[in-house]
Amino acid sequence: MKSCLIVDDSKVIRMVARKILQDLDFRCEEAADGQVALDACVKSMPDAILLDWNMPVMDGLEFLRQLRGMPGGDKPVVVFCTTENDIEHIQKAIDAGANEYIMKPFDSEILQAKFVQVGLL
Amino acid sequence: MRPDDFNFVANLLKERSGLVLTLDKAYLLESRLMPVARKRGLKGLEELVMGLRQRDETLVREATEAMTTNESFFFRDVKPFDQFRDVVLPYMLQARAARKTLRIWSAASSSGQEPYSIAMLLKEQAAKLAGWRVDIVATDISRDILEKARAGVYSQFEVQRGLPIMLLVKYFKKVDDMWQIDPSIRAMVQHRELNLLSDLRGLGQFDVVFCRNVLIYFDQPTKASVLGSVAKTMSEDGVLYLGGAETVLGISDRFRPIPGQRGIYALNGPAGFSLPV
Ligand SMILES: C[S@@+](CC[C@H](N)C(=O)[O-])C[C@H]1O[C@@H](n2cnc3c(N)ncnc32)[C@H](O)[C@@H]1O
Repeated sequence: MKSCLIVDDSKVIRMVARKILQDLDFRCEEAADGQVALDACVKSMPDAILLDWNMPVMDGLEFLRQLRGMPGGDKPVVVFCTTENDIEHIQKAIDAGANEYIMKPFDSEILQAKFVQVGLL
Repeated sequence: MRPDDFNFVANLLKERSGLVLTLDKAYLLESRLMPVARKRGLKGLEELVMGLRQRDETLVREATEAMTTNESFFFRDVKPFDQFRDVVLPYMLQARAARKTLRIWSAASSSGQEPYSIAMLLKEQAAKLAGWRVDIVATDISRDILEKARAGVYSQFEVQRGLPIMLLVKYFKKVDDMWQIDPSIRAMVQHRELNLLSDLRGLGQFDVVFCRNVLIYFDQPTKASVLGSVAKTMSEDGVLYLGGAETVLGISDRFRPIPGQRGIYALNGPAGFSLPV
C-alpha cells in the first residue's frame, strides 16, 4: 500500500482528498501547513504528497523547496493542488520540483487521472 | 414517445451514424433531442419526429449529432500513446526513412483531444522528425464538435484530464478561464467532417489509425463493415488503435492483435506490422 501526505489548511479539502485517495488504496496522513508536513517527512517519507499552495506558517512552495533539499526528499511524487491557476504559478511549482499540478476545484476523476500520469496508480 | 416513433428514430439514427439505440435508452433520446426541438422552435418531440419523417435534412443532421457521445480526453488511457511513441513511431521512422512521410488518422476525433495529443507527442519528438512531412487527419461526423476541435479552446476541467502539466505549460495559453492550444499544434491537425459509414477512399493511405471509442456504439455488422473499410485506408504494415472496450476479435479477420499490446492491431498479411524481437 502506498502512502500519501495530504497538505492543506482546509479541513474540508483534506477530508475530500482523503476519501478519494483511500478509495484508490492509499494510506493517508494529513498536515495543515508546510512546517507540519516537513516534520512528517522527517519522520517518514511518503510515496506521494498532495500539496496546497497558500497556507499559514509555511506555504506549499517553500515546503517543496525545503523537501527537495532534504536527504531522501527527491523521492516523493509531489502533486500541487491549488486554486492558483495561471501559467506563472504552475511554472514556479515545476521549477521547485513539483511532478504534477491540479487546479482546484478537483474531483476524483481529475485526481485519479493525475496520479495515473505520474505513475502512482 | 410512442413506440413506433421510437423505432422510426432508432432506425434513422442507425442508418445515419451506426448508433444502436435500445429501448432502455429511450430517456437518452428524449433528453438529447428536446434541445434540438427547442432550437428549431418545435413544440416537442412529436413535432420533431414529424420533421424527421419528412426527412428534413438539417433536422436529421442535428438530431444525429445530438445523439453522439463526444466525451474525450487528452492522452486517453496513457498507455496507447506511450506505446505509439516508444514502439510504433520508431518503427515507422525506420520503415518510412526513404520517403520521409507519415500519415496518421484520428477517425472519430470528437473535440480534438486525441489528434492534438498525437500532435504534441510528435512535436516533443521534433528532432527525429526533421525533414519529415507528417499529416494528422482528424475526422468526425459531428459539425459542432469539429468546430470546437478547430478552435482548440478547452476548459480547466478538460485540460486536467490526461494532459501532463508540462505539456499544458508548453503548448497552451490561458485566455480568461479557458486554455487555448498553441497555433503551432493546431496547424499540425487537419479537421474534416466524415461519416465512418461512408466511402472512405478519398482519404488516402494511413500508416497509423486511431479509431477509438466509436465502434462501441455500433452493432456487430456495422463494426465489421467499418473495420473493413478502415483496413483499406491503411498501408500494409499500418497500425490500428482501438479504445479500451473495443476489439477486432470475432468481428473482423482483416486485423490481428499485437501480442502483449492491448488495444493495438496490425493488418493481417505477410507484410503486417509486428513487434521487433
Ligand atoms: C466518445 S468520442 C471518441 C473520441 C476519441 N476518439 C476518444 O477516444 O477519446 C466518439 C466520437 O465518434 C463520433 N461518431 C459517432 N458516429 C460516427 C460516425 N458514424 N462517423 C464518424 N464519427 C462518428 C462522435 O461524433 C464522437 O465525437
